[in-house]
Amino acid sequence: MHTENSPGTETAVRPLLPETRTVTLRVNGTSHQLQLAPWTSVLDALREHLHLTGTKKGCDHGQCGACTVLLDGKRINSCLTLAVMQENKEITTVEGLAQNGELHPVQQAFIDHDAFQCGYCTPGQICSVIGMVNEGKAKTLDDIKDLMSGNICRCGAYVNIVKVAQEALEKNTGL
Amino acid sequence: MRPFTFTQAQNVDTAVREVSSDGAKFIAGGTNLLDLMKIDVMQPSHLVDITQIALDTIEETEAGGLRLGALVKNADTAYHELVETRYPLLSHAILAGATAQLRNMATDGGNLLQRTRCYYFYDTHTPCNKREPGSGCSAIKGYNRDLAILGTSEHCIATHPSDMCVALAALEATVHVTGKSGERAIPFADFHRLPGDTPHLDSNLQPDEIITSIELPAQGFARNYTYLKLRDRASYAFALVSVAAALELEGNTVKEARIALGGVAHKPWRVPEAEALLQGQTASRENFQKVAEAYLQGAQGFGHNNFKIELAKRAIVRALEKATKMEATA
Ligand SMILES: Cc1cc2nc3c(=O)[nH]c(=O)nc-3n(C[C@H](O)[C@H](O)[C@H](O)COP(=O)(O)OP(=O)(O)OC[C@H]3O[C@@H](n4cnc5c(N)ncnc54)[C@H](O)[C@@H]3O)c2cc1C
Ligand code: SF4
Ligand code: FES
Ligand code: FES
Repeated sequence: MHTENSPGTETAVRPLLPETRTVTLRVNGTSHQLQLAPWTSVLDALREHLHLTGTKKGCDHGQCGACTVLLDGKRINSCLTLAVMQENKEITTVEGLAQNGELHPVQQAFIDHDAFQCGYCTPGQICSVIGMVNEGKAKTLDDIKDLMSGNICRCGAYVNIVKVAQEALEKNTGL
Repeated sequence: MRPFTFTQAQNVDTAVREVSSDGAKFIAGGTNLLDLMKIDVMQPSHLVDITQIALDTIEETEAGGLRLGALVKNADTAYHELVETRYPLLSHAILAGATAQLRNMATDGGNLLQRTRCYYFYDTHTPCNKREPGSGCSAIKGYNRDLAILGTSEHCIATHPSDMCVALAALEATVHVTGKSGERAIPFADFHRLPGDTPHLDSNLQPDEIITSIELPAQGFARNYTYLKLRDRASYAFALVSVAAALELEGNTVKEARIALGGVAHKPWRVPEAEALLQGQTASRENFQKVAEAYLQGAQGFGHNNFKIELAKRAIVRALEKATKMEATA
């Protein structure tokens, strides 16, 4: 939160100006060279530098799941990881799911099951359902509820989100 | 977040050298460190990324156990075939913690070093001896529902929040570390500290030391075990009280019992003398209750958390009962 230099009591030397470096991120199949300060999260890199605003910032603390993206096919919270640490990884965001103008089956299922209200949590929920299918550990309804608990929906669309997740498991609609 | 400089270490020696500078810290999964840096509770001026170091495998040891590399992800550990079959207690404990997203990022080494969830530790506007030594403890007379009932001091009543560590304490793991002065092996019971008058120190790891691996001994208690986590909701919450229970039974007689408690102290809580009460005894509710009483001897509540004393006793009995019955159905 603070960008000013360290208080006088500290002996450690902090950089005064943002020290940027070239970071290559692979997002939705394309490589991007960005000039980033080391403290830039993957979430901020996506939203502020690549202008991919589909991935949402809810809490910025790993608590809500709105920032969920897929890293080499697995779910992570993009707010709690640094962009400089994710070079050479394949990042997939909600923008990278539709193919040739057709929605990914999990995106379509969110519409079919009316699984959102305000939609703020939805991109994270969609990536999370796909990640859950990819990870291959969910078998039962209880598994779904447990393995989707990292995605909060303040509108309370959970009942229909669970239906989407069940359908995605049955049809095996991963990445 | 305050600005910091950043380097990536390719091997253990470089990592140890680079972290020796003032204000430097390792970063692994980042799920605890970045969280705390964003709210200014931790303020490293330099981060050493250790995720490129080849400490990301799980290997069998000559002693018949397993060596978990410090950089193996929590999810990969919990779902590893040998962990699932030989150390299911550890699998269950890891999966009881955090969320799928977090477990995909968090590492085994980082899990051990995650910091307390005491609300005042997180709130930089309030005194806290752990965050700012000598400033006082806001929790002792404040809202302390989540905090410790065992091993506390007048300076700090924080708990260690990890689920994984409760299982590692019961399994008597060993933590392997490397520092400037070489390698050493720390028995799990000696890894974390009690607050005493140095609550700013969570563990006995030295600032220049890196965790390289966590070693599990051969005995995995895969037949009779339970990880019982009691919390405010069924998933995705820290433990109010948790119990890792592991039994070795011969018929209905207890040959060996291991019990570790989470959510009640500054470190996973073991009382070997109380465990020994079960040795050679029948696995019965009555005997389990005796052990539970012995485990909570000397427990002290601070008002909002008084209920934890009774809760912990009942949790111990229930966990031991669940662990006992398991074999009958196996
Ligand atoms: C919303 C939320 C809910 C959570 N719920 C739970 C829960 O219910 N149960 C639970 O147990 N945990 C829970 N966690 C905590 C989570 O398990 C930890 O954040 C995680 O295990 C830390 O691992 P990491 O690799 O991300 O560590 P980092 O954040 O990278 O590092 C943590 C600390 O360890 C040090 N470090 C890391 N690796 C090493 C090493 N190899 N050698 C020396 N030092 C090292 C770092 O310098 C840092 O000080 C939760 C976290 C969040 C954000
Ligand atoms: S219990 Fe420990 S961590 Fe919490 S306010 Fe007191 S000193 Fe700080
Ligand atoms: S914004 Fe990342 S979990 Fe809330
Ligand atoms: S649809 Fe509004 S938060 Fe989930």
